[in-house]
Amino acid sequence: MRGKDTSKTEPAFLMPTVAPFDLEGHCIAAAFIDNIPFFALADGMVHWLDHGQKSVKLHDGLLSATTSAGNDLLITGGEDGKVMSLGSSGTAQELASAGKKWVTAVASGPQGAVAYASGRNAWVRFADGKTKEFVHPRSVEGVAFSPKGMRIGIARYNGATLHFPAAEGKPVELEWAGAHTGITFSPDGAFLVTTMQENALHGWKLVDGKHMRMTGYPAKVKSLSWSAKGKWLASSGAPAAIVWPFSGKDGPMGKAPLELGTRGNSMVTSVCCHPSEDIVAIGYDDGMVMAVRFADSKEVLLRRPGKGAITAMAWDKDERRLAFGSATGDCGVIDIAG
Amino acid sequence: MTEAQTQIPVTVLTGYLGSGKTTLLNRILSENHGKRYAVIVNEFGEIGIDNDLIVESDEEIYEMNNGCVCCTVRGDLIRVVEGLMRRPGRFDAIVVETTGLADPVPVAQTFFMDEDVRAKTKLDAVVALVDAKHLPLRLKDSREAEDQIAFADVVVLNKTDLVNADELRDVEAAVRAINPSARIHRTTRAGVALDQVLDRGAFDLKRVLADDPHFLDAHDHDHDHECGPNCDHDHHHHHHDHDHDHHHHDHHDHDHGAVSPIHDVTVQSVSLRGGEMDSKKFFPWIEKITQMEGPNILRLKGIIAIKDDPDRYVIQGVHMIIEGDHQRAWKDDEKHESRLVFIGRELDAERLKRSFEACQAA
Repeated sequence: MRGKDTSKTEPAFLMPTVAPFDLEGHCIAAAFIDNIPFFALADGMVHWLDHGQKSVKLHDGLLSATTSAGNDLLITGGEDGKVMSLGSSGTAQELASAGKKWVTAVASGPQGAVAYASGRNAWVRFADGKTKEFVHPRSVEGVAFSPKGMRIGIARYNGATLHFPAAEGKPVELEWAGAHTGITFSPDGAFLVTTMQENALHGWKLVDGKHMRMTGYPAKVKSLSWSAKGKWLASSGAPAAIVWPFSGKDGPMGKAPLELGTRGNSMVTSVCCHPSEDIVAIGYDDGMVMAVRFADSKEVLLRRPGKGAITAMAWDKDERRLAFGSATGDCGVIDIAG
Repeated sequence: MTEAQTQIPVTVLTGYLGSGKTTLLNRILSENHGKRYAVIVNEFGEIGIDNDLIVESDEEIYEMNNGCVCCTVRGDLIRVVEGLMRRPGRFDAIVVETTGLADPVPVAQTFFMDEDVRAKTKLDAVVALVDAKHLPLRLKDSREAEDQIAFADVVVLNKTDLVNADELRDVEAAVRAINPSARIHRTTRAGVALDQVLDRGAFDLKRVLADDPHFLDAHDHDHDHECGPNCDHDHHHHHHDHDHDHHHHDHHDHDHGAVSPIHDVTVQSVSLRGGEMDSKKFFPWIEKITQMEGPNILRLKGIIAIKDDPDRYVIQGVHMIIEGDHQRAWKDDEKHESRLVFIGRELDAERLKRSFEACQAA
C-alpha cells in the first residue's frame, strides 16, 4: 500500500472514507498524538477519538497549538497566558505561564524544548523546565525551531531574528521590510520562510542570506507545509495550492511554482503535505478536501464541501489517515484507503 | 468562510489619561443595554475596567510594504481581532481603547486595509474624549491630541465643570476648527448618552453624513507632514456605475471657517461646495487628489450630486483609502448640491476649490 514507487501508479487512495467528528467552534489544530486524532478548538477544548470521544478543557481560549517532535504531546498556548501540554492518555500539564497576555504562538523543538511567544517576548522552555527569555523591540508574530541544533527563528516587523537558546551570543537579524506574521524552517535547515501581512512569502537562504520573494497571492498565506524531504513548500492563499520548488540550491528563485487543485470559486485555506510521497492534502474555504499529486497534478476528492473553511490538517504515522478541522467545527478523519 | 458573517461593530475610544475615557468605557460596559463587549486595551490595569473579556495588546504599527508611509495598520489589532472572531459568540461588539499617545489613523485603517478584519468587523465610529480644562495645553505639546480630534466622528468635551463659559466656548471653537464634521457633546463625568457614542455608523456609507447639521461649517489652518505621492496599494474604490454626461450648472462657494481661538493647531479643514458633478471628471479627480494628497488628508467626507443621477453619492476616506457609494435618492425638495470636506494638513485650499469646481457638469 505504501509502495515508494509512485511514479507509475495511481495515488494509493482511491476509495477514501470520511468519519465525521462534529464539534462546536473553530478548530485551531488537528494532530495525531501517539497516532490518535486530536482536535484543539478555539474555546480551549481539546477533543480526541480513542475508543470513543474524550475531551478536556485546556485553556479559557486556545490560540495556538503544535505537536511535540516525537508526536507524543499536543502543545498549546492560550488567552489565559498559559502553555500546556496534553498526552494521548489525557494527561495535561502546565508548561509555562507568560502572564496576562495571550500566548499567540507555540513551537516544539528537539530534546523536548518548547518555544512560545506573547507580546514582544519569546521564550524557550527546555525539557528540565528551565526557560530562557528573548525580548524584542517589536511583537513576536511567529516562532519556529530549526530542525538542526538548538535554534529558533521568530517572525517580526521588518524581518526575522534567529536565536541560539542553548548558547550565549548575539542573535542573527534577517531584514526585509514589512510585517512578517509566521515562520518556518525547511526540513534540512537551509531555508527560512515567513508569511507576511501582505499577500506574499519571504525567504532567506541561511548560508548566505540571499532573499527569496514569493508573491502573486490573491490573499494572505496562512498555511504552509513542507513536502517529504523538504523538496517543495506548499502554501494556501490562492484558489490553488501554490507549491514552490526548494530542491535547487537557491530554492524557488527563478522558478515557477506548481498550482495544484485549482478551483474557480473557492480559496485554499489549508495545506498538508503527505509524510513521504509528493502529494499534498488541500483544504478549501468551503470545507472540501482534495489530495493532489505533484508529478501529474492528479486530484482525488477526499471530502465534499462542509459547513466551513478547512483550518487544520494532519497525517497519521501510517500515512493512511488524514485528520481535518474546520472553522465551524465540522471535523473528521479521512481514511484514504477506505 | 462560505457563510456571510454579520460584521461586529467596533468603536474606537481615544483620549488622554484623565480625559474620562475609562469612565465612559465603564459606562458602556455596565449600562443595561443587553450588549456584551470585548475590550482591547494597550495598557492593562491603568485604571480598573470592569469586563469579562479584556485583551491587552502592544501597540504595533505596521507600514504596509508598498512604499507609502501613510498606509499603516495596527498589527496587534489584526491578531487580536482575528483571535476574538474565532469565538464570536462571546460578544456583540468591540471597543478599542487607545492610549493618549496613540495615532488613531492606523487603528482605523486596520479595519479597511486588512481583508480578514474587514470581512468580520466594521468600524462604527472613532470617539475622542477631550478634557476641556487641559486641551489648550495638550494642543501645545502634542500632535496626537490634535490628530485624535481631527480624526474623530464624535468628540466628548468632558470636564466642562472645570472651565468657565469663555474657556469652554474657546475650547469648543478649537475643536470645531480642527474638525468641522464631528459631533461635539459637552459633558461632565463623561455623561454622554450612549446612543450618541455607540452604533453611529460613522463609516457606513448608507448613514454617513445622513443628516449632519455641522457638515458645512468649516475652517482653515496650518501644517506639517511628510510622505511621497507614489503609492501603489489597492484602494477600495467606488462602486459607481454611471456613465453620465454634461451640461447644467449650479452655484458654489467654499467656506473658510473661523480660526481656532487656541493656537498651536496644525490641522486644517477645507470645505467645498458645488453643483452637480460630471462623473467623468469627478471620479478621476478625487482619485488623483487622494493619491497625491493622501498623506496630508486625515479624513474626507462628502455628499456628491452627480449629473443625471437620481441618487446622492456619498464618499468618505482616510488618507488614501476612499470609499463611495450611492446612498439614497435625492428628495424632491433637496437642492442637488455637492459638498466635500477635507480634514488634514498642508492642504492647498485654493487648488482644491479650483479643481473641484472644474469637475462640475457643464
